[in-house]
Amino acid sequence: MKQYANVITAYAIMIGLIILVGIFQSWNIAFSIFNLCLISAVMTMGANIQWGYAGLINFGIMGYTALGGLAAVLVSVPPVREAWQVGGLSMLFCLFIIVLIVFSIRYVLKNFQKSKRKNIYIASIIVIGLIILRIVSGPAIHSIEAVEPAKTGFLGGLGLPIIFSWIVGAFFAGGLAYIIGKVALGLRADYLAIATLLISEIVIAIIKHEDWLARGVKNVIGLKRPVPYEVNLQSEQWFIDLVAKWNRGVLDLISTAEGKQAALSQLVIESSSVFVKICYSGLFLTVVVILLIITQKALYSPWGRMMRAIRDNEEAANAMGKNVVKQHLLIFILGSAIVGIAGAMMVTHDGLFTPGSYRPMRYTFLIWVMVIVGGSGNNFGAILGGFAVWFLWIEAAPIALFLINLFTSGLADTNAFKLHLIDSVPYFRFLMMGIGLLLIMRYRPKGILPEKINIK
Amino acid sequence: MDFLNAIILLLNYIIVPALAYGSQLALGAIFVTLIYGILRFANFATGDMMSFGTMVAILFTWYFQSLGISLGVLPTALLAIPLAIVFMILYMLTIDKFVFSYYRIKKSPPVQLAMVSIGVMFVTQAIVRIIIGPFDRRFFDGEKFIIKANQFKEMTGLNEGLTIKSTQVLTIFLTIIVVSILFWFLNKTKTGKSMRAYSDNEDLALLSGIDPKRVVMITWMIAGILATIGGVLYGLDKSFKPFTYFNNMLPIFAAAIVGGIGNPFGAFLGGYVIAFSEIFLTYAYKKFFMYMLPENMEPNSLIQLLSTDYKFAVSFSILVIVLLFRPSGIFKGKIL
Repeated sequence: MKQYANVITAYAIMIGLIILVGIFQSWNIAFSIFNLCLISAVMTMGANIQWGYAGLINFGIMGYTALGGLAAVLVSVPPVREAWQVGGLSMLFCLFIIVLIVFSIRYVLKNFQKSKRKNIYIASIIVIGLIILRIVSGPAIHSIEAVEPAKTGFLGGLGLPIIFSWIVGAFFAGGLAYIIGKVALGLRADYLAIATLLISEIVIAIIKHEDWLARGVKNVIGLKRPVPYEVNLQSEQWFIDLVAKWNRGVLDLISTAEGKQAALSQLVIESSSVFVKICYSGLFLTVVVILLIITQKALYSPWGRMMRAIRDNEEAANAMGKNVVKQHLLIFILGSAIVGIAGAMMVTHDGLFTPGSYRPMRYTFLIWVMVIVGGSGNNFGAILGGFAVWFLWIEAAPIALFLINLFTSGLADTNAFKLHLIDSVPYFRFLMMGIGLLLIMRYRPKGILPEKINIK
Repeated sequence: MDFLNAIILLLNYIIVPALAYGSQLALGAIFVTLIYGILRFANFATGDMMSFGTMVAILFTWYFQSLGISLGVLPTALLAIPLAIVFMILYMLTIDKFVFSYYRIKKSPPVQLAMVSIGVMFVTQAIVRIIIGPFDRRFFDGEKFIIKANQFKEMTGLNEGLTIKSTQVLTIFLTIIVVSILFWFLNKTKTGKSMRAYSDNEDLALLSGIDPKRVVMITWMIAGILATIGGVLYGLDKSFKPFTYFNNMLPIFAAAIVGGIGNPFGAFLGGYVIAFSEIFLTYAYKKFFMYMLPENMEPNSLIQLLSTDYKFAVSFSILVIVLLFRPSGIFKGKIL
């Protein structure tokens, strides 16, 4: 019990902070912070598996998150029949061509000796394949995008419940990680970081500009939710009863029946959105707990021991007969798949998919700050990092405003300097993140909750 | 069949813009490569450091403009560059003293230094945004065009116009000067040679009496010069926006790696490789072929290899291909 004391204290402080937000700001904000904290925690766990367990540096988190989001769209949106009629077959044919290209390249790679001719073959396969793709897909894409461009203009999805997309998102992200891993995992650590960062930018560019896939920058809105809608809740009798019961103390203070009714309906509207957020929290918490149990088991399993051995001394592990390349690829896929789940969760929570909002600052570097701050190699640390950093990211503006007012209280309210500072309050979050990261890296390089392996 | 028009068309839309963009990338790429070669880490704060230098230059430009000082046909920002460089170098040396030197002395792995540079990136980004705001800033003044399309048409009687912006010529000109001075410095002077020696083999360099502190300081100074000039030129040619500068870090990295990281000459050429391939692959060649082919063979599509949306993706794909087939870059990396 004693060894967990710092973990428990850290989490208690974190939860306490969120509760304080609930009391002083509003429960709505508190729960939306909590939900995004949970999503960040999942992402951080994915990055932590790669960095903390295996020492692989992956700056492509943004790409996997976006792929998870794409999965949410492709699973939950009902198919657009018209678009399928005009261009579906050609798109399927394109998919077939891509598979054909991949397999023919594999064939050439396997069956030809290393020579100039081999490279020429591969290059010509790719060029010819791309030309055929352009010819086949061009008119199809054009006609798909012409189907009601204001509303659809894309192929649509499968029309399944959005919750399935969490698994599909994991598979998408894992698939991408397989390709990237095959290409880039042999690189040195900092090369790998740059390569993954750039590849994730390519992924975002494709999602942004292939409108037939998920409407690109036109965004997909109004995705179906796995939890009830506020409007429906407000007319449900059981919910109104629940709210009345919960707020009995407040309602009893109001004497007139009419006033009571008005207050109750106001409360119902307020608590319906909180209730929806609580539902999300339940779903996300389940995912976090399941992942935590699995990753914790993995950490203490022989496999986890092997990963740590590979991380700490690659050559020695190799000499002991461990297949380092294969294990690196495996853990790269696993970590990315977890990030993919988080991406799908995020789109589920927002109810919309906006490819334009995927930026490396928010989805790659911030997640890395979380991993480093929380404690790499420690799952509890990773989750805590996700919570603490996201909380600070959101609450940075109010804190900065408070501090500015405190330090410039001697200046007049119309002072240009003070006004300028107050205008730039939103950017203080970058400053806080940066300074926080630098301080942690300097004085507590292993994070708030450092890795502690105690073999029983 | 009209070769002249076709050539002018290519010059106007591909070659001149690509040369200017390539020069801007090249300056940034040499910056990245110097830091990588001598201080041995990938500096993720590259783009933001460039935006810091540009910001200082813009503030001075505004100050000069308010005083009524100008350079006539040339942009006032040129006057501000030396002052901005001083501030930039001071900023970089401060950061080095308080942040990077600790890890360098401890001999931390390069990954840790890269992580630290992310912290610096956040801080620099915050400083820039707090001081000048996140918005688009134009600070160009002076004569905008050297040749306008209409003038050119009148002069030569061709169908195609050629526009050359003064910023483009300025960019190319300044880049050539800066880069040649840099190469002269690295190859001919004693300090430059000591830097190359330090980059090549740290221990041997120390044994032969090279002062590492001096090498590091001079590296940051050169980096400051390159970052400021590169940033200001980009800002003059397009416009200054902190977010764009942060994003520019990616093609700059691509240029540095394509050229062979740690190799300044490779980085210089890498900048042009990236710029030219970005523009070549995303240009619509319809008009070009209209001039080149006989009339009845005119193409009816745009003949565009990739849509312009994929501009960035092109450079990254080149990078991936280079990493796959020649991980040390086109020109052998890590020599300096």
